[in-house]
Amino acid sequence: MPCELSGIEVQAYFDGELDAVAAANFERHLQSCPACAAALASENALRQTLAASQLYQRAPATLRQKVRSQIPASFPAPAPKLQMWRWVALAAGLLLAVLLGREIFGFLRGQSEATSLSAAALDAHLRSLQPGHLTDVLSTDQHTVKPWFDGKIDFAPSVRDFANDGFPLLGGRLDVIAGRTAAVLVYGRRKHVVNVFVLKSQANAASIDSGERQGYHWISWQQDGFNYIAVSDAAAPDLQELRALFLRE
Amino acid sequence: MLERQERERFEECVLPHLDAAFNLARWILRDKSNAEDAAQEALLRAYRFFGNYRAGDPRAWLLQIVRNCCYTSLRKNRPGEDLEELDESSIPSAGPTPEAFVMAIHDRERVTRALESLPAHFREIVVLRELEGCSYKEIAEITSLPIGTVMSGLARARQHLKVALSEPHQKEARRAV
Repeated sequence: MPCELSGIEVQAYFDGELDAVAAANFERHLQSCPACAAALASENALRQTLAASQLYQRAPATLRQKVRSQIPASFPAPAPKLQMWRWVALAAGLLLAVLLGREIFGFLRGQSEATSLSAAALDAHLRSLQPGHLTDVLSTDQHTVKPWFDGKIDFAPSVRDFANDGFPLLGGRLDVIAGRTAAVLVYGRRKHVVNVFVLKSQANAASIDSGERQGYHWISWQQDGFNYIAVSDAAAPDLQELRALFLRE
Repeated sequence: MLERQERERFEECVLPHLDAAFNLARWILRDKSNAEDAAQEALLRAYRFFGNYRAGDPRAWLLQIVRNCCYTSLRKNRPGEDLEELDESSIPSAGPTPEAFVMAIHDRERVTRALESLPAHFREIVVLRELEGCSYKEIAEITSLPIGTVMSGLARARQHLKVALSEPHQKEARRAV
C-alpha cells in the first residue's frame, strides 16, 4: 500500500535532514508502514551501490602542480624586500646624483623600470596560459598576424615566423604591461609556449637583461626602438636562441 | 592584489578543496581534461576574488565558482546540454526494487554510466550529496536553488539512477548525445 510519506519525507530522514522530533516521529511511523520501510531500504541500497563504486575523482597531481605554480606566481615578489630595495636604489640614486650628476640617477631608475617591466611581463605570461587567454588572433601566418595589429596599437611590430628554426608562430594578442600597451607574439617551442612582448622603447631601459622566477625564464632586449621581453617555461638558452633570431634580420 | 596573510589564508582554506573542485567538474563535464581546465580556472578565479570572500563555508564558495566555470564550458562546447531535463516518461510508477539494481554494486563502469546518463543539473546534485556529502542547505547554496528544488531534484535523480541501474541497456541508450 502506498504511503504519502514515502517520498520526500523518507528521503529527508534518510539524508539526516529531519530535526530530532520529526525524525523520532518518522521512526515510529516506519515500524507500522511497509511502504516507507521499503522506500528506505531502496535509498540505502542505492547509496551502497554508489559508495562501493568509488566514484570520487581526486584532482590529478598535474592539476595540483599547475594550480600551485600559477597561484603564488600571481603574487608580487615579497613586499618588504622590494620596498627596501627600492628605497636603497633611490637613496643611492640621490646620493650619486649629488656626487656625479643626474645622468647616473636616470640610469638607475631605468634599471628598476626594466625590472618591474619584466616582472609584469612574467605575470602576463602566466595569465596568458589560462584557458582562452593565449591568443586574440590565432594564425601561424605572419602576414595575418601583422596586419591584425594595425589600428589596434600605435606602432607596427615586426612579425616573423621562425618555424624553420624551431619557433613556430602561433598567433598574437594585445596585452597591457605595467600600464603600457604591448603587442604580444606567441611562439611555440617544442611543448612550451613563448610570449614575446613588444613595447615602444623608453629611454634609459637596460639594453639586455634576463632572469628567472618560479621556473619561468625571461630575457629582455632593445631593438629598433622597441623593448622586447620573451617569457617562457622553456630553458634560458632557448630564449637566447629566439633573441638571436629576432636580431638576425 | 592580496597581502601575504591573505595568500596564506587562501592556501589554508581554499586550496585543500581542490579535490572537491575537480570531482564536481569531472562529473558535470564528464571529461577529465575539460574538468582539469575548469577546476584550474575556478581556482584562479577564486584567488582573484578572494578579497570578496569574507565568511561562510570556503568549500561551498569554491564549488559555486567551479560550477559556474563548468556551465560556461558546457554552453560553449556542447550548447543545450546544460538545459537538459529528465525524461519522466520512462519511470515506472512503482520504481525498481533494490534487488534489481543492487546487482550493479561491483560494476563501477555501469554505475558511472548510469550517473553520467543523468542531465547535468541532476548529476551535480547527486554528486554533491553522495560523493561530497553536502547537506541540502549546502547544495542549495552551491547551486543557487531553493532547498525544496534541491530535495525534489535529488529524489527524481535517485529514482532515475535506480531505473538506470536495473535496466542498463534501455537507460544507457538514453544518454545525451
